[in-house]
Amino acid sequence: MVTGRIDFEGDGQIEGAALVDGSRVAVIGGGPAGALFTYFLLDMADRVDLKIDVDIYEPRLFAEPGPIGCNMCGGIISETLVQNLATDGVFLSTDVVQRGIDSYVLHTDVGSVRIATPNDEMRIAAVHRGGGPRDVTESRWESFDHHLLENAVERGANVIHARVDEIGRIDGRPTIKVHGGEPRAYDLAVIATGVNTSLLKSLEGLGIGYLRPKLTKTLIREYLVGADEIGRSLGTSMHVFLLDLPRLEFAAVIPKGDYVTMCLLGEDIDNALAETFAAAPQVRAIMPPGWDPAARSCQCLPHINVHGVDKPFAERVVFIGDSGVTRLYKDGIGAAYRTAKAAARTAIFEGVSEGAFRDHFLPVCRAIQGDNRIGAYAFVLTRVAQRFRILRRAILAIARDEQRPGRRPRLSGVLWDIFSGSAPYGDIFRRMVDPVLAVRGIMALPGVLVATVRGPAAAVAANPNPRR
Amino acid sequence: MSSAALGRFYEDGEVVVHQGDVGDSLFVVQDGLVEILVEEDGSEVVLRTAGRNEVLGEMAIFEHLPRSATIRARGRARILTLDKRNFLRRINEDPSLAFRMIETMSHRVRELSHEVVELQAALAGHGSPAEVVEH
Repeated sequence: MVTGRIDFEGDGQIEGAALVDGSRVAVIGGGPAGALFTYFLLDMADRVDLKIDVDIYEPRLFAEPGPIGCNMCGGIISETLVQNLATDGVFLSTDVVQRGIDSYVLHTDVGSVRIATPNDEMRIAAVHRGGGPRDVTESRWESFDHHLLENAVERGANVIHARVDEIGRIDGRPTIKVHGGEPRAYDLAVIATGVNTSLLKSLEGLGIGYLRPKLTKTLIREYLVGADEIGRSLGTSMHVFLLDLPRLEFAAVIPKGDYVTMCLLGEDIDNALAETFAAAPQVRAIMPPGWDPAARSCQCLPHINVHGVDKPFAERVVFIGDSGVTRLYKDGIGAAYRTAKAAARTAIFEGVSEGAFRDHFLPVCRAIQGDNRIGAYAFVLTRVAQRFRILRRAILAIARDEQRPGRRPRLSGVLWDIFSGSAPYGDIFRRMVDPVLAVRGIMALPGVLVATVRGPAAAVAANPNPRR
Repeated sequence: MSSAALGRFYEDGEVVVHQGDVGDSLFVVQDGLVEILVEEDGSEVVLRTAGRNEVLGEMAIFEHLPRSATIRARGRARILTLDKRNFLRRINEDPSLAFRMIETMSHRVRELSHEVVELQAALAGHGSPAEVVEH
């Protein structure tokens, strides 16, 4: 067991367990969290002349279409993550990005509003996490997860395409056992499996204080529509919905290359709710003529983490991405990036002891969890808006007014950041309760009241439905 | 496949930023080439070209000074803008985000040092700056 001190510059020392030349690291899960951790770990190791070996255990083949390559996700790379990756040298080419997103269209029962990015730039990437839905015969795009994993391999990682049966400990070091194999000892085990695996349950019995995160279910559907038809109907906008449908918290329709992805979030989400949503006139209005909601290419109901674990680390073990702490509802890949990088920084510069992760990795997780608590309040406000038509009218009136040249996009910025996950929830909440926004709401009130008295038909007639 | 592209397209000769502008963003070349040029007394000197995945405009991020050069598309180019304020906030949270930028700036200082040495050598051989320019 390698324990003790490492000295990079003659005065920088690490107390306790540390990675040294020849150390071996196991990453369980080759999705974005695992691949990005490996990329950053090997990059930082190279900067300090440290030679380490990394094995990534990943049974799925992300380049393949269908369940074998699928990571069950809406496939939106947020504005912030696009910029972070660009700064870190992770290039997202047109081989990976199926559609650049330059705007959000908020749809409600009383109308829609389009909120564009600054400079009319494509700042959000719509991707497929795997090789695409099961009916893809020849994929025209590279899978996002495969792309990240290739980046890690180019840095020197070794991918083992096998399912991990068991994670154990021998002499204080983590061991990894795949089906039919012998346990292999490592100096650090990084758990990046996500939450849709039974492996996490077995880790609760490892005696390292790990308790699984709290989960909720989402529903994701893919529809084959065709690139040209998508361009004509949905354009380069992500479409989000604030509809007063029982049990529905949030819904989005995302244009990809040839496919359209539908993502639903809510209470006890099921097929019936998906059918109700798909039949809503606001959804049918943005989909191409003749679209059949029943003719889906595939569907899944994956779990997502809605309350992260309190102790996402132990001696020589760290949990990153969804299996540890993630962002509430939005930008899970962005949170995977943050926790992966924080874990890699800690492992290289601070060590792999429990104390090192507590002092240097946990603060990043706590910052995300603290922000999630504020986010929960922000989502309460959107739920209130979902229930009261007069509020939806006010939101639309203000947001539309802000699209005029020269107007400061206060509410539009809030909506943009809520839907895109581009800013911390604390920042969004502060802007939500901005007095200037309240004044704008009061000023919009007379028009809103008139529209409410006239009824929904008048409001919709006065409000063309922007598609792109 | 323009709908699959991140950033914004700039046509050949279109200026991304002008020398002297206030710098509130930096840029990453997504596709194509751009040239970095300095305009002085009505004439242009192209300092260098930059291609895919190169980060530009970082000097204006760290200094409160106007842009020192113009960035212009050479052929059709696609550029992604990074906001200064968000970028600095992210560096504050994650200082390692600046590793690559420091590396880039270090590389450019090395290149400039090399050019200074070459110019000094040329000056020593030819006697006057005018002669060096002529060569």
